[in-house]
Amino acid sequence: MKRLLFLLPVALFVALIGAFTLSLRHDPSHITSVLIDKPLPEFALPAVRNSQGLTSADFRGEPMLLNVFASWCVSCREEHGLLLDLKQKGVVIQGLDWKDEAADGARYLAENGDPYIKAGNDVSGRAGIDLGVAGVPETFVVDGKGRVRYKFIGPIDTEDWEHTLKPMLQRLRSGA
Amino acid sequence: MKTRLLLTFLLLATPAFAVLPNEQLADPRLEARARAISAELRCVVCQNQTIDDSDAELAHDLRVLLRQRLKAGDTDQQAIAFIVNRYGDYVLLRPPFEPETLLLWLGPLLVLLAGGTGLVFYLRRRRDGAVPALTADEQARLDRLLKEDAA
Repeated sequence: MKRLLFLLPVALFVALIGAFTLSLRHDPSHITSVLIDKPLPEFALPAVRNSQGLTSADFRGEPMLLNVFASWCVSCREEHGLLLDLKQKGVVIQGLDWKDEAADGARYLAENGDPYIKAGNDVSGRAGIDLGVAGVPETFVVDGKGRVRYKFIGPIDTEDWEHTLKPMLQRLRSGA
Repeated sequence: MKTRLLLTFLLLATPAFAVLPNEQLADPRLEARARAISAELRCVVCQNQTIDDSDAELAHDLRVLLRQRLKAGDTDQQAIAFIVNRYGDYVLLRPPFEPETLLLWLGPLLVLLAGGTGLVFYLRRRRDGAVPALTADEQARLDRLLKEDAA
């Protein structure tokens, strides 16, 4: 037993390596939202395009996605095609145009397609800050009672949709 | 000459501040409080900077918001809570002492204790068993060797 004691530092070293290796998979830009399981903060935003603006009261009745985007956001373009697909499939997506001029947001939607039911313009960024938005794109899963259930950071790809967001929406829909 | 000129310019250089003049409050006491608070808050965009240091647009927005809160009469705690309620404890560069952060706060102490205990055991063993008495056999052999040496 005592003989093996000299291996202790080696064991500690291996444990440290293990801990560091695991931490490598942890992306520090993914900050857990403080809003999880809490109601959306109240906001009432003017329209991006001709239709209505977006208010926090719009998130009632069925689970929805709240997608934070901006015309100046490069990685938003990565997920835009997927969002359009999802709209085709009947997923309710509301848009929040963050720190952007409404005219620029409208042009972005006109040029790239419009995946949103309603889209609100948050030119000052205050509504986004109330939501704890650190950057775009971010996507919130909001349940039928207007509570935030999940926050996805960064552009959504097909795999994220299939493995994370879709099952979550299904669960919320069957639960509600 | 060139070197001297360069040195002069280097000495004249002041550190760049992210806080822009148009963000600052007219009341120097409030402004000082705002600076102190924002030096304690992490910028969620450039995470190793405080919002006081960061040039990120969000950091600018938060600095302005913070100053609005202070002007509206918030205490320092209320103003900090305003940001924490949105972005979480993560933005506190001095994390609070709670169950989740126990290991963070007490970890160094644990390591010190473990090391100290090890050291005490090691030293005690060395003192107690440093020079075990020679057996009769060994003593005889030693005497013989010494005698040989002397001869």
